[in-house]
Amino acid sequence: MALKIKDLRIYYQTLRGDVKAVDGISFQVKDGEIMGLAGESGCGKSTLSNALILLKPPMKYISGEVFLNDKKLPIDNYEAMRANRFRGVSIIPQYAMNALNPIRKLKQIISDLLEHHGESFVKMRDMIEERLKLVELDEKVLDLYPIELSGGMNQRMVMVISTLLNPSLLLADEITSALDVSSQKAVSKMIVEFRDRKIVRSVIFVTHDISILYQVADSIMIMYTGKQVERAPTETIVKNPLHPYTKLLISSLPEVGIKYSQAPLKGIPGRPPELLNPPEGCRFKDRCPVASEKCDEEPPLVEIEPGHQVACWKVGAIDD
Amino acid sequence: MIELKDITKVYSLGAFGKRKLTAVDNVSFSIGEGKIISLIGESGSGKTTIGKMMLKLIPITKGQILFQGKDLSLFKGEKLKEYYRYVQGVFQDPFSSFNPIFKADRIFELVKSEFFPELTGREWQIHVLDALESVGLNPKTVLNKFPHQLSGGQLQRMLIARALLLDTKFLVADEIISMLDASTRIDVLNILAELKKGGLSILFITHDLSLGYYISDESIILYRGSVMEAGKTEKVFSTPLHPYTRMLLDAVPRIDRKWTTFETPERKAVGSDTIGMCKYYDRCPLATKECEAQGLIKVEEDHHVACWRWNDV
Repeated sequence: MALKIKDLRIYYQTLRGDVKAVDGISFQVKDGEIMGLAGESGCGKSTLSNALILLKPPMKYISGEVFLNDKKLPIDNYEAMRANRFRGVSIIPQYAMNALNPIRKLKQIISDLLEHHGESFVKMRDMIEERLKLVELDEKVLDLYPIELSGGMNQRMVMVISTLLNPSLLLADEITSALDVSSQKAVSKMIVEFRDRKIVRSVIFVTHDISILYQVADSIMIMYTGKQVERAPTETIVKNPLHPYTKLLISSLPEVGIKYSQAPLKGIPGRPPELLNPPEGCRFKDRCPVASEKCDEEPPLVEIEPGHQVACWKVGAIDD
Repeated sequence: MIELKDITKVYSLGAFGKRKLTAVDNVSFSIGEGKIISLIGESGSGKTTIGKMMLKLIPITKGQILFQGKDLSLFKGEKLKEYYRYVQGVFQDPFSSFNPIFKADRIFELVKSEFFPELTGREWQIHVLDALESVGLNPKTVLNKFPHQLSGGQLQRMLIARALLLDTKFLVADEIISMLDASTRIDVLNILAELKKGGLSILFITHDLSLGYYISDESIILYRGSVMEAGKTEKVFSTPLHPYTRMLLDAVPRIDRKWTTFETPERKAVGSDTIGMCKYYDRCPLATKECEAQGLIKVEEDHHVACWRWNDV
């Protein structure tokens, strides 16, 4: 197992109390697996991925363990994590354009970073050029400033930088959301390519766009208000979702071929509860069309079939 | 109702505006009453520039925009204010449309003091409640709140409600969905479709083809400031004729079909050799030396394409 997480809890410290952004999450990512992580905003998906690489206040580690390649990852220790960042775990942040220092040339940015990790830019130059070719960038870009590249090119540049030291786990946080369709496709291709060439061992692909995940991910985990609601192979999540939330989320996706005048779609009514004092029991019960009294008790995450886990009392009992 | 005639917009860049960038190049189309037209294109295709020109937020370099037969560039002062009574815009980022220091419902007050100073507070309140009702908001949950206390979807719907307070006949909706969550975006789309039934015309600007297909009557595919393909939405999407439209449609992530390949043609910097050529020349897999700049060719009723080889590519 490349990544194994056990009962992870990450809260945000605020003056009004703890915001329970990640509340008891356990899952595993296999070697060579691209796991998609989807959910509405505020469901804790970015918190989860940030906690794996840089856990700093107001984020607060409560409990849980993270194992990367069977070694414990000291995510609660800022200093001890330093050795693991970039080599063990690496991240492609959401807004790549803002991730690059605007007053340094790209090669200066890269060499600063490599020196910091005890590597040399000159020695790695060949490899960097090879990687640039992989993402279809010319080596001349190294002599440019970030503002001279387009958003999509910057995004790809950051992807190259993030994976330079062949991290075993790559976190991709909403990397496609600011791009248009053709760049989205190009960026997704690169993620798959990185995995196929064993540059990275496994990927967590965070996004709210399930249709992108269907194209690239091997399995998908759906989160809602800090809890895991469903985890299954991609095909199963899209074609045969079991949790009512997953069903609603997927049925609200507009697609080419669906028109308002013929078949209007419906959104999910209501909005997620506050995570400061989340409701007892199932956190989706107030918006759920099939909720009952049983839902006041928290549903456990059960394995319905191999590789397919759902947290809902009603699973098996309902069909649309 | 609103008509664009050979609109061109050239931005001046660099020191003293030496560098010129043609953002919109000879675009013409018209929008009838109660129609939704989607303007689809990648980033940098000039979609937002067209929207801004129609709202008279930036001047037009060349060409004319006619609103109910009258030239937009002649509207000044009182007349321009009159224009905004009928034409309104809603933009991408709902959070930056609000002033975080004031309560969110201040946007309604500003409309009142600008356009309806003669109404009493009570009469105005009824108007506001009506408008909120029509966008599906509960007045209790949104009035008297600060912007940060509301969600993106709620703020976006408040902005639509604000536009409705006037006698709006035409709405420019510039990427209004892209910042919203998957679960709420469809609600906002449905509101637009409902308003259309009441006679509102909408220019729906988006880079998401599925959203454009879902809502619009007609679609315009834009690339580097030129129209590549235009026509009835069903025709453009079911029988795409331009290579660019096909590439876009292939790149849309779908949940009923996986991408067969990951290949997309790369966008290159514009070189001198492409001047006078088709805008899509450098990326088009089928381009030949004869692919010169193209105007729109009428293929059938309500379907135009800017590719001279549309029937053999």
